[in-house]
Amino acid sequence: MRTLGKLTWIEIKLFLREPITVIFTLALPLIFLFVMGGVFGNTPSPDVYRGVGAMNYYMPSYYGLIMMAIGTVALPVHLAGYRERGVLRRFRASSFSVWSVLGSQLLVSFIIAVVGSILVTILGKVVYAPDWPVNPGLLILAFVMGTVCFTCFGFFLGAVLPSTRAAQGVGMLLFFIMMILGGAGPPPEVMSRAMQIIGEATPLHWVIYMLQNPYLGFEWHTNASLIVAGVTVLSAGLAARFFRWE
Amino acid sequence: MPPVISVHNLRKTYGKTVAVADVSFEVTKGEIFGLLGPNGAGKTTTVECLQALRHPDSGDIKVLGLDPVIQGSGLQRRIGSQLQESALPDRIKVWEALDLFGSVASNAQDWHVLLKQWGIDEKRNATFASLSGGQKQRLFIALSLVNRPEIVFLDEMTTGLDPAARRIAWDLIHAVRDNGTTVVLVTHFMDEAENLCDRVAVVDKGKIIASDTPHGLITSYATEVRVIFSTDKKDLPWLNKVAGVKKVARHGNRIEVEGNGPLLALVAAALVEHGIVPLDLRSEQPSLEDVFLKLTGRTAVD
Ligand SMILES: Nc1ncnc2c1ncn2[C@@H]1O[C@H](COP(=O)(O)OP(=O)(O)O)[C@@H](O)[C@H]1O
Ligand SMILES: [Mg+2]
Repeated sequence: MRTLGKLTWIEIKLFLREPITVIFTLALPLIFLFVMGGVFGNTPSPDVYRGVGAMNYYMPSYYGLIMMAIGTVALPVHLAGYRERGVLRRFRASSFSVWSVLGSQLLVSFIIAVVGSILVTILGKVVYAPDWPVNPGLLILAFVMGTVCFTCFGFFLGAVLPSTRAAQGVGMLLFFIMMILGGAGPPPEVMSRAMQIIGEATPLHWVIYMLQNPYLGFEWHTNASLIVAGVTVLSAGLAARFFRWE
Repeated sequence: MPPVISVHNLRKTYGKTVAVADVSFEVTKGEIFGLLGPNGAGKTTTVECLQALRHPDSGDIKVLGLDPVIQGSGLQRRIGSQLQESALPDRIKVWEALDLFGSVASNAQDWHVLLKQWGIDEKRNATFASLSGGQKQRLFIALSLVNRPEIVFLDEMTTGLDPAARRIAWDLIHAVRDNGTTVVLVTHFMDEAENLCDRVAVVDKGKIIASDTPHGLITSYATEVRVIFSTDKKDLPWLNKVAGVKKVARHGNRIEVEGNGPLLALVAAALVEHGIVPLDLRSEQPSLEDVFLKLTGRTAVD
């Protein structure tokens, strides 16, 4: 437990000392916020954004975007780099358990997701005045499920991708596909059917639905939450199966 | 006293490469035990099997009464490891690493003391990536000691250290042992094994080919003393008749006399008798270097 606590605190500091990751996970959603907010504002239109204002739509989408950036790029690159350079081996020789190593990453992912989402919410609120979440209790549940899902997805990629380079390549590819087609980019309604189908195949699509519904006051999206839970279990299982210290 | 480490018929292969063919040895509590041999001999593989970092193909290993294959993490908590190859996160600070690695033990050593002892005190706030090779190495040794291990494994610990730092490291390891920690030292440096180890196992091609105290190895395998001096006199047939002399070799003005017994005194007397009083007369005692040469027919560095 002591090791888990210390490792988590050190990992937070390491995250803050790595400017590229900070920009990628915390600043990118803010840039999106201002670009999309500047273009679309928050006046509802019946044709796009599920009939709600663009900023109401995007606020929970950006929470998902932050989780996805952690799970596709930040976490796999971090873990693959640790393995490639022998850091994991060094940890293991000192009897760090796999639970301390991955548990600290899960805690750090949570903290980054929460901080990033609060930043997006505050700046979004100040500039574009979207509505507050209608159902905060269920939103928190969706938030926890989404973060755990993408963290496990990151564990899976970090376990199977052999090197930092591979993790960067695959991670970036998945990041851009999910970002553009998964619901955090252009409104899904304007995309071609093919793009929509690819989008629906991404975990981000369902994480965003799961987050948006309680935010917007729609009914809890049971299918989305089941799909997210499924991705979580599958990713965790594969990560456990393929995790290597070296 | 029962051994703290016992290894019987350890074998480990990587595909077709036989890294460790058949290795058996025991280490007693409080010893500094050395595995000495050239690169590729299988030393690292052997000690990493003992530290539960690699899985042996066959053989019985007991370390502190535990089997590394099935009780790995329990064992790792009680030992210290300085690995030949490993790294820390680039941006972790020196003190953070010591603090973190100390957290696995309930009675961890005060890392401020380790920082001072190992001469990296002024680097405590530096990041790992900014350290020099020698500083990284000293940090890794300090990390291996921070959990107050019962046994510490040091694999090529003086790699990257300058000669002065090496001497200091040897003294510090002696002190670690004097505090009750058993030390397993892996090295390809003959002088390091000779200076530091109570007992040495000479490893070559995945096997232990000799094992004894450094002194014992030298008296069994390399009894010959060498006496060296310079002279421009050409004809020295009488040197071969001095008691104990086995061989006389000449390289320009430099003469090397090999043999055993009190060679220096006898050669000196003969030289004076023949009117030769060289300024540079000296003798070289046999070292582990000669032992290795004798055992394998090769010098260790090649
Ligand atoms: N992970 C590995 N995969 C394949 N071969 C290895 C591996 N580790 C070591 N070897 C090989 O095993 C032999 C022994 O290596 P090692 O135990 O590192 O020797 P030493 O520490 O004495 O230099 C060498 O031939 C080396 O190339
Ligand atoms: Mg080695």
